[in-house]
Amino acid sequence: MSDSPQTPAGPGGPLVARLRNVTHRYGAVAALGAVDLDLPAGCVVGFIGPDGVGKSSLLGLLAGARALQDGSVTVLAGDMADAGHRRAVCPRIAYMPQGLGQNLYAMLSVFENIDFFGRLFGHARAERDARIEELLQATGLAAFADRPAGKLSGGMKQKLGLCCALIHDPDLLILDEPTTGIDPLSRRQFWELIARIRSRRPNMSVLVATAYMDEAERFDWLVAMNAGQVLASGTPAGVRSQAGAPTLEAAFIALLPEVQRAGHHVLVVPPRPPQHAEIAIEANALTRRFDGFTAVDGVSFRIERGEIFGFLGSNGCGKTTTMKMLTGLLEATAGSAALFGRPIDARDLETRKRVGYMSQSFSLYGELTVRQNLELHARLFHLPPGAIPARVQELLQQFGLEAQVDAYPDSLPLGLRQRLSLAVAVIHRPEVLILDEPTSGVDPIARDGFWELMIGLSRHDGVTIFISTHFMNEAARCDRISLMDAGRVLASGTPAALSAASAGGTLEAAFIEHLEQAGGALVDTATPAQIATPIVVRPAVPPRRFSLQRMASYAHRESLELLRDPIRLVFALIGTLLLMFILGYGISMDVKDLPFAVLDGDQSSESRDYLSNFEGSRYFVVRPPLASQAELDHRLRTGELSLAIEIPPGFGRDLKRGARPAVGVWIDGAMPFRGETILGYVQGAHFTYLAGLAGTAGAGAVEVAVRYRYNQDVSSLDAMVPAVIPLLLIFIPAMLTALGVVREKELGSIVNLYVTPVTRLEFLLGKQLPYATLAMLNFVCLVLLAVFIFGVPLKGSLLVLTAGALLYVIAGTGLGLLISAVTRTQIAALFFAGVATMVPAIMFSGMTHPISSLEGGAALAGRLYPTTWFLLISRGTFSKALGFADLYPYFLPLVAFPLVVTTLCVLLLKKQGK
Amino acid sequence: MRRLHNIWHLGIKELRSLTRDPILMFLIVWAFSVGVYLAATGVSMELRNAPIAVADEDQSVLSQRIINAFYGPYFRTPDLIALDEIDRGMDGGRYTFVLDIPSGFGADVLAGRRPTLQVNVDATQMSHAFIGSSYISNIVNGEVEEYLRHSRGATPLPVDLVTRMHFNPNLTSSWFSAVMEIINNITMLSMVLAGAALIREREHGTIEHLLVMPLTPIEIMAAKIWANGLVVLVTAALSLQFVVKGLLGVPIAGSLPLFLFGTAIYLFSATSLGILLATVARSMPQFGLLLIMVLLPLQILSGASTPRESMPIIVQNIMQLAPTTHFVSLAQAILYRAAGLEVVWPQMLATTAIGVVFFTGAWVRFRKAITTQQG
Repeated sequence: MSDSPQTPAGPGGPLVARLRNVTHRYGAVAALGAVDLDLPAGCVVGFIGPDGVGKSSLLGLLAGARALQDGSVTVLAGDMADAGHRRAVCPRIAYMPQGLGQNLYAMLSVFENIDFFGRLFGHARAERDARIEELLQATGLAAFADRPAGKLSGGMKQKLGLCCALIHDPDLLILDEPTTGIDPLSRRQFWELIARIRSRRPNMSVLVATAYMDEAERFDWLVAMNAGQVLASGTPAGVRSQAGAPTLEAAFIALLPEVQRAGHHVLVVPPRPPQHAEIAIEANALTRRFDGFTAVDGVSFRIERGEIFGFLGSNGCGKTTTMKMLTGLLEATAGSAALFGRPIDARDLETRKRVGYMSQSFSLYGELTVRQNLELHARLFHLPPGAIPARVQELLQQFGLEAQVDAYPDSLPLGLRQRLSLAVAVIHRPEVLILDEPTSGVDPIARDGFWELMIGLSRHDGVTIFISTHFMNEAARCDRISLMDAGRVLASGTPAALSAASAGGTLEAAFIEHLEQAGGALVDTATPAQIATPIVVRPAVPPRRFSLQRMASYAHRESLELLRDPIRLVFALIGTLLLMFILGYGISMDVKDLPFAVLDGDQSSESRDYLSNFEGSRYFVVRPPLASQAELDHRLRTGELSLAIEIPPGFGRDLKRGARPAVGVWIDGAMPFRGETILGYVQGAHFTYLAGLAGTAGAGAVEVAVRYRYNQDVSSLDAMVPAVIPLLLIFIPAMLTALGVVREKELGSIVNLYVTPVTRLEFLLGKQLPYATLAMLNFVCLVLLAVFIFGVPLKGSLLVLTAGALLYVIAGTGLGLLISAVTRTQIAALFFAGVATMVPAIMFSGMTHPISSLEGGAALAGRLYPTTWFLLISRGTFSKALGFADLYPYFLPLVAFPLVVTTLCVLLLKKQGK
Repeated sequence: MRRLHNIWHLGIKELRSLTRDPILMFLIVWAFSVGVYLAATGVSMELRNAPIAVADEDQSVLSQRIINAFYGPYFRTPDLIALDEIDRGMDGGRYTFVLDIPSGFGADVLAGRRPTLQVNVDATQMSHAFIGSSYISNIVNGEVEEYLRHSRGATPLPVDLVTRMHFNPNLTSSWFSAVMEIINNITMLSMVLAGAALIREREHGTIEHLLVMPLTPIEIMAAKIWANGLVVLVTAALSLQFVVKGLLGVPIAGSLPLFLFGTAIYLFSATSLGILLATVARSMPQFGLLLIMVLLPLQILSGASTPRESMPIIVQNIMQLAPTTHFVSLAQAILYRAAGLEVVWPQMLATTAIGVVFFTGAWVRFRKAITTQQG
């Protein structure tokens, strides 16, 4: 930078990084092709180039976030392919990935996010507080210290990301498009902040990718890239002279190959023909409040058909909220808005067809290819089927997406994703386009391409365009613009008029002046003097292999997220208790109240005598008698009867004659266990009858007294509660942790595992700890409920039970993490957790069927599964008063299980991305 | 027409998303093949190798006969233990059953004094406890009867009992567990897929995109229902045909098409419930917990694992509101008892009605849930 204390280093100076023959591929696509590059130390090195040329891949490799595939990368005098070196230098490198707040935690506040990183890098509390205070002051985030990161605007997220990157005083700062989507004022503050930090730490090297040529102009050293290759590198002046162009932008275009350069020319906005007078968009005192604060405060405007209307403003000033109200996504708290004279109604499908909307964050389907996304939207907007292929082809061409047509958006760089979003927004040729920062992160040539297209839409087709942007040259192309701050419009007019009215004479000056006049909270108040707090410079020691503090910092963060989500906490606690009630009362292996009916062909006193044994039993319930064999068949088939008894004609007579009549019994065997039990009852009743007959020898000669131990009335809670506790203690903890890792993978914060000193084991244990604690809390509640509410006596040792439970919840949460480590989406993890807990715990663990009777794979699963063993401990202590001496064999598997699972987890989890 | 068109294309999108998740696809296939196989062959509800001991204080011919009457596959060979070992043996879980034959038992029987033989049962081994104790009673009675006939030349039993098991003559438990496992999988998978797909759209912001297009929440929901329902339906049908009928050799008594029709109705209910839960939960972790809280009672109390009629009346009544209960009884009727439409239409009607309630609930909550989550 021009104000940097350091003179730009030349090729002869010390190097911060060196790449030799580096190639990187994603599947068949090569992102980098045999790159050789030397990067000078102690200065700001900028990477410029169109979207998708490999800038992010290169920075990821330098940061160690991506695994090196081919070639060699030397950073801070060591080989990045060597895990030992990576571990040693990672505290000296800070990496901020592309995208808004990718590596931040949305539920945590601004302060807590920075604090988390501070803890990861092992700072003591006082030091952390001092550093955070300084960073918050310097970035103007101090006023928002308590706001959750998820509720910050895009620009504020970027600042927060920077704070998190800077907390540990890195020697190498790697920023991937840090100022994309940030308003000019914040951008200026951002670079001032970097400059101040560099003035204090002159040896720090900064590597930045940027889409802003004005920023690049002020860097010390530039690397211009295209198509996975380095086109040129050197000082900005050097690059300019190499290309023989007056400006960097022109130089960059000149450096591109012929094909890409072709068709690029300086953009001219033709004046708008004056005949349109119809009002396309109108807002009257539009206001939106979110609990506590007003995001949009009495905003009014009228936009004519065919007009390009720009919205400028600092981050978080309410632009996005205004746009969402215009699309009907949000309802206005007060005021009104209308499209084509019709008030906005979220249910009005006809109006929606006339509007194209592009949201700020990418919101297309990552699991569909570029073509599939376009086709889906074309179909949903009811383009004639025959016209779709042509329209899709046309857009692919216009937006330069032809090469990526079968790629998945997730694998595309930001700029290309933005293009796709814009293509989707215009696919149905809407009359109104509402575009929320459509060109953020898009390279200059493509941006001009967009504008050319939009100007064509506006001037030729009369499309009204409502756009927000942070690029001043784009704002200058609008017919009218509004400057917004803190939910209010500060000024409106043509760009020319606004520039003329400002002291600086430019649009940027006008913007900054208006904002400073408004005295918004975002304005940076820190002066360099204030941030001169001396900070202990720690010697660069390689981090230890296992650090309790790093583990604790993950545990702390995870607990905060859990505590921030009271619903989850309440579900986990109350839900378990509720389930215990339901299952404790509901599960019963007791077979009783069996409906039966009789086909009595005899109707004699003897037959009635025989049947009285069934009718009087608590196991059977009499239904209306049967008239025929067909009826017997039918009623069994409908499931109305579980049992049918047929007494043959002449039963009484035969009995008296000693002719051995036979009673027929039909049993519904659909549920074998029940059928078996019914059979037993029937035989019992039959014997009882025989015993009552005079002159019978055998039957009734013995009384068999069955004594059910541990549970006199068998179906009661006493038996169920000790079995339900192990069930609940596996489902909920496993479900809670199953999303732990995969959620970070899906939402992007997994990158913190890649680039911070935290090890896989620390990461996993840190995630496990809070949930294991929660599960133990659950356990305590369950035991209290069992003993004091259900009155189930705990006969054995509470200590033994608790020790078993502790091991068991560690096993359960570990199982969840393992599931999380192997899956890629949260959906898969949910289903996996369901499959991996429900079946083995309910069926194979011995809850209803003893494991001695299991066979094959189920028997193996049952023996390996922790529920089996904790179930024995739980029943042993609750019902049988057993102590540790009797139960210790069951503890061994419970100790082994977590060890195996955690080892597997560590092996399966990757410490670097692809 | 236009609606159907939207629903169709949105559904195709759902199917494409699913194919992009190979791990999920693998899990689905696993659950419906290996999972079903394991559950069917592994768990036998019959009495098998039950550990038994006898404390024989009598040491008579009769007591010896009784001891010899216990053998495989139902029982292990009985251990002979002393009276004071009973408690220890049972507490340690070594024996599920212990017979106590009192001294003088044989003589008392011969004298017609009706002595008492005590059977101690470990009631924590629930399924074995019941079946086993009635087996034991019958075995003991049988032995005594035979013994008396020999020694006294008594007359044979005056009445014969002829029992026939309908629908599953040998009471093979794999017939039951295989189908019930499929039902459990259907329930879990349909709720996870439909509900989580909605949450995913919300977390990735894509739902916003749908809501600015000319689409109604009903169309978005209907697309999720048909696409995810179809996946589950096809997998379940394949599993029934190839794993249950083919591999396990379970005879399907009734009409498979009728069962699949019933399944389709149930899937409407279950996916709607999944979506409803997704509109209640604000994030995937919350959804996961809700899922467990709903799935567990559905699986355990619907009659798919234990008989419904022995549950407390209040539980039975509450479970009438769950579509799973009706589906389980429909499945049992069609698949085991070969029931036709004339028998199962009430279950179909109930399942549909419950589904409509869930769907309406989800629809009412839909827009509100989407916009509040964004905050």
